[in-house]
Amino acid sequence: MTTTNTIEDLANQEYKWGFVTDVEEDRIPRGLNEDIVRLISSKKNEPKFMLDWRLRAYRHWVKLLEAGAEPKWAHVSFPQIDYQDIVYYSAPKRKAGSKQSLDEVDPEILEAYSKLGISLNEQKRLQGVAVDAVFDSVSVATTFKAKLAKEGIIFCSFSDAVKEHPGLIQQYLGTVVPYSDNFYAALNAAVFSDGSFVYMPKGVRCPMELSTYFRINAADTGQFERTLIIADADSHVSYLEGCTAPARDENQLHAAVVELVAHDNAQIKYSTVQNWYPGDKNGVGGIYNLVTKRGKCVGANSRISWTQVETGSAITWKYPSCILVGDNSVGEFYSVALSNNYQQADTGTKMIHIGKNTRSTIVSKGISAGHGQNTYRGGVKIMKNATGARNYTQCDSLLIGDQCGAHTFPYIEVRNSSARMEHEASTSKVDEDQIFYFRQRGLSAEEAVSMIINGFCKQVFRELPMEFAVEAQKLLSVSLEGSVG
Amino acid sequence: MAMLEIRNLHARVNKQEILKGINLDINTGEVHSLMGPNGSGKSTLAQVLARRETYEVTEGQVLFNGKDLLAMKPEEAACEGLFIAFQYPVEVPGISNSYFLRAALNAQRKYRGEEPIDAIDFIPLLKSKMKLLEMDERFQTRAINEGFSGGEKKRNEIVQMAVLNPTLAILDETDSGLDIDALKIVAQGVNAMRSPDRAIVMVTHYQRLLDYIVPDFVHVLAGGKIVKSGGAELALELEREGYGWIEPALAGAR
Repeated sequence: MTTTNTIEDLANQEYKWGFVTDVEEDRIPRGLNEDIVRLISSKKNEPKFMLDWRLRAYRHWVKLLEAGAEPKWAHVSFPQIDYQDIVYYSAPKRKAGSKQSLDEVDPEILEAYSKLGISLNEQKRLQGVAVDAVFDSVSVATTFKAKLAKEGIIFCSFSDAVKEHPGLIQQYLGTVVPYSDNFYAALNAAVFSDGSFVYMPKGVRCPMELSTYFRINAADTGQFERTLIIADADSHVSYLEGCTAPARDENQLHAAVVELVAHDNAQIKYSTVQNWYPGDKNGVGGIYNLVTKRGKCVGANSRISWTQVETGSAITWKYPSCILVGDNSVGEFYSVALSNNYQQADTGTKMIHIGKNTRSTIVSKGISAGHGQNTYRGGVKIMKNATGARNYTQCDSLLIGDQCGAHTFPYIEVRNSSARMEHEASTSKVDEDQIFYFRQRGLSAEEAVSMIINGFCKQVFRELPMEFAVEAQKLLSVSLEGSVG
Repeated sequence: MAMLEIRNLHARVNKQEILKGINLDINTGEVHSLMGPNGSGKSTLAQVLARRETYEVTEGQVLFNGKDLLAMKPEEAACEGLFIAFQYPVEVPGISNSYFLRAALNAQRKYRGEEPIDAIDFIPLLKSKMKLLEMDERFQTRAINEGFSGGEKKRNEIVQMAVLNPTLAILDETDSGLDIDALKIVAQGVNAMRSPDRAIVMVTHYQRLLDYIVPDFVHVLAGGKIVKSGGAELALELEREGYGWIEPALAGAR
């Protein structure tokens, strides 16, 4: 095999989560209008305040659509999405009126999750991880709910939270990402169907990792989930989400919103392993992952930490951000984003420093292979009253092969002269000489690439919860499997 | 049977034939020196033996300990005991020298059906070899060759060789770019590795290296063939006379 081939072979890897589960679906008609929004809300038996909020969001979105206000500034290109050609709600059918319990979840769905390595059976679960499983538009199961409830922790599907804790939802929904925030956030607010909800009471340290596993199964649907995590004063929580989807030739839209709120001294660690179907090696199919994630450190000394490993999706448009309002609050963003084949990722973060002595750290690792295009886009803003604010940004790109691209767009805006800003950036390339060097010492080409990539990413991997760090490493090597040699 | 038997080896790169029928036997315990003018095929021969895929073998046979070397992948050749000290060692950010070298050693041990060596046993081994090459211990935690000077890179190659303990070591212009002090240190490291169980091949332009590592055999490559072989005295002759005097031999080769 010649050297040119070995690099091109990067493109030839399989997506191992691309299977489809055969379940009966309850799906609504294609397209979007006010009736559809009402229908979704009624399917979920929502209180009036939710429907009203959805309708306001929908009307705002229509205005944005008419004004052509879809964001176009990202360094990605994909055909115009036909919003009338999407099914906005699809749920696996379940017995009418029955309150879901694990015994009633369709065995096909349990089977699907177990294929993905997620056991929803509490006894078989990894110790110390509670899971909310979201299948297409709805949450099908949440594990360890009862155990967590004993500590006063609420961990449930968003739909259940709307019914069981409407006060908290009304108090916090849209306070970090209002529906008017951007085009996709407005769309999500109008049609979101489920997601996870977490409330950490004062002074409680969550005894286990909380996680949500998102699975898109149905064809022609979009997934619009919404997650809200509230950490009350002095509480700690670590939350992880994972995502996969079947391999299909059509592109599918995933427009999620995540809102985090941290009160005084509270800490939220939010980790993502995003592995939506990336499309095939010719760039056919794949998920459009257009996501708004933001956390607000409202309390003094609070901390929000985002860690993401983004290996999937045809298009990624995602900027998990922190608004640092409380004095001495801390925002962190650790990211590994891989674009292989024809994947395009435009991802990064915004750190808005409002309180005094607020600190933020950004570590971004972009890997481009095949024809992939990887963009880091970051905004650091130091507002007028943010005396003593500090930011450290490190932004590294790794190129594999000579058909891919890496781009960085760091924006820095400082309005307080006491701010301390650091920015480091680097670009490097995995080349045949490096791989040959490893092979001459006795390591295979796969081992070489995997060692180089892991070396490049280790700063981010060590931020992940232990068991997921191992998963993330495996995922990266699988995503580049068959790449060389 | 020789450890390495090269028979009528022809190889090309980018459709240009560089090796035009190399014949060479190398036995364990021997030190050979390959010399010759620029473009004569010395480094190409080293790369072909290391199984670099950009070099295409068009004819001939190479047996390494009786096995068909040309059928091996680079990592297989390495695990069979072939080592190259590169002329231009690459830099690899993000991976420490010691992590890399232990992974390589364990890959080779696994190939031979041996248990992996853990960090506790490995570190003293690495440190002893670094000491031999007079390298500061902090190099083990630095990324592979990153920010190393030319001389440090070459010394690091010999450290790797000492740790991996190959049966056939090929030093590709290891002396180039070394000042005299570094040259002495490298030579000392290589001499320490001379052994009845190992063969060493030095690809070099200069007699200088051979003052410190005295070879058993010297071969002169020209135009992709070995045009003259002899003992250590041949190198001195080359130093004195240059390569001009082999031109007639070269013409004969064509």
